[in-house]
Amino acid sequence: MSHAVSVNDLTVAYRERPVLWDIDLDVPSGKLMAIMGPNGAGKTTLIKAILGLVPTAAGAVEIHGKAYAENRHLVGYVPQRGSVDWDFPTTVLDVVMMGRYGALGWLRRPGRREREQAMSALTKVGMDDFATRQISELSGGQQQRVFLARALVQDAQVYFMDEPFQGVDARTERAIIDLLKELREQGRTVVVVHHDLQTVTEYFDWVTLLNVRRIASGPVDTTFTDENLRLAYGGRVEFLQRQAPADPAPDDDSTAGYGRIRP
Amino acid sequence: MIVLDHTLRTVALGSATLGLLAGMLGAFAVLRRQSLLGDAVSHAALPGIVLAFMLTGAKTPLVLMVGAALAGWAASLLVMLIVRTTRVKTDTALGLVLSVFFGGGMVLMSVVQRSAGAGQAGLESFLFGQAAAMLSDDLITMAVLGGVVLLVLTLLWKEFKLLSFDPAFAGALGLPVRVLDVALTTLLVIAIVTGLQTVGVVLMSALIVAPAAAARQWTDRLGVLVLLSGFFGAVSGLAGAVLSSVVPRLPTGPTIILVVTSITVLSLFLAPRRGLLAAEVRRWRQRRELVADHVLADLFRLCSQHDDPTAAPHGTEVLQAMSPRAGVRRSLEHLAQRGLVIAVDGGWTLTADGLTAGHRLVHGGEA
Repeated sequence: MSHAVSVNDLTVAYRERPVLWDIDLDVPSGKLMAIMGPNGAGKTTLIKAILGLVPTAAGAVEIHGKAYAENRHLVGYVPQRGSVDWDFPTTVLDVVMMGRYGALGWLRRPGRREREQAMSALTKVGMDDFATRQISELSGGQQQRVFLARALVQDAQVYFMDEPFQGVDARTERAIIDLLKELREQGRTVVVVHHDLQTVTEYFDWVTLLNVRRIASGPVDTTFTDENLRLAYGGRVEFLQRQAPADPAPDDDSTAGYGRIRP
Repeated sequence: MIVLDHTLRTVALGSATLGLLAGMLGAFAVLRRQSLLGDAVSHAALPGIVLAFMLTGAKTPLVLMVGAALAGWAASLLVMLIVRTTRVKTDTALGLVLSVFFGGGMVLMSVVQRSAGAGQAGLESFLFGQAAAMLSDDLITMAVLGGVVLLVLTLLWKEFKLLSFDPAFAGALGLPVRVLDVALTTLLVIAIVTGLQTVGVVLMSALIVAPAAAARQWTDRLGVLVLLSGFFGAVSGLAGAVLSSVVPRLPTGPTIILVVTSITVLSLFLAPRRGLLAAEVRRWRQRRELVADHVLADLFRLCSQHDDPTAAPHGTEVLQAMSPRAGVRRSLEHLAQRGLVIAVDGGWTLTADGLTAGHRLVHGGEA
């Protein structure tokens, strides 16, 4: 069986500085995988590079054995909640239907079928009562659920989610992880940028530790080790394990200090 | 009868059309936080206009508009290019491009005027616009351009919506984000260029931003927003044209801008929910409820000392003494309206509902 995601020699550079260096990654099908690493390790960039949203200096991505462009329709995406303007004049239902725009193609407008799909996705995330709400009225957790619903209507085989647990309450986190596990049970693959070291073993069965380079990738039992954590996080790992990072900033150009690479 | 005046009809229709286009495209520009792009593009159009004249020697609006469009388009692409390839951020890139292009345009203009004499002074009208110069032919050009813009906007509606809300997701879906971006910007350039002759390069950006800002106050739907923004723009164009024809020596372009600005200011104040007035009323209501709650809690504390709390009237003065602030009497009347207190024997006592509400306020939870 081919891998759900296969990344080869992926390199992304911001100016002369590499943000991701020569990443090789194979994610078997049906896994729930966490991407972990310190701030500026390139976690968000890795997802965006896989999705073709940032220019890459080198490398190739395959989804279920075919080039990314060919199998793009198998991919679903949940961007960081903070990446959009939630005061945009639109409704919850409308946002969720955007997940169907790719399948709809040009010139066709979302109709009754799309509305039904969106409604059932909203029901799944417990947001069906909010369908007609203006999105600016949502709380952080509700925004995250709406983004998840939008990804669900994509009906993808491989999902990439950028910090879906960021700033949500415990109940929503529970609901989201249940949903992710349900997706895995259906044989889908879910790749999640994650921050909380405490919950990795409980939530995920596969993990990739990243710090510009790939530090380690594999089953949580054998990969999520102190040794690997030290390699990824540097000497701060004991501190991190005692006290999980509370409010990690989104990845940007703050790679300074981590793994500056001299080719 | 002014309606029959051919010149006025042309100017009014033309101004309304450009207002419509500017309003609709401006809605997208504002939502995508590109309000300044309109400013940059319109200023950048100036060298295009002058160059078009220098190269062809013609002052036909169509020729000049093509020149303006090319320059405006080049400017907007240059902004995108600067942002993508350098460390310079969008606002700085816009300022940079705006001033360089506009300055270049002014230099070219003075060159033309010196060499060709006073005969070419007409180009100057592009600075602040000269609506009276509009001809029926121009109207046809505008209508055709407007039709093209509306058609593209309709066909690519859902793509433009997604591009404006979440471009990263659009990219993940496989939409050609860069092409769509250029397409939407091109439409904006067309709208701007359409208005240059009437409103001028300096004031055009107001017609892009103001209708959208006004419309945003009234609606939470993108479709309604775009239509309303276009409507505000069209009304402003129409009103500006008519006003300037009725009042002597009133220039059309600036009048249009004054009308649209008035609409925006009114919207900022008066709109329900988002308006400043509505926000003030909300704050005032909240304060009234807070004070009323306070008075109700006081009355509850007094009444609950009696065997029958609903038949234990206390005077207003007592309550005023308990919360020495203005508004106790008004709060009591407000509470009476809500059926929580009742006036008995010259004093106030709780009703059954008031007892429940008071208990909840003082002790929390359900009574």
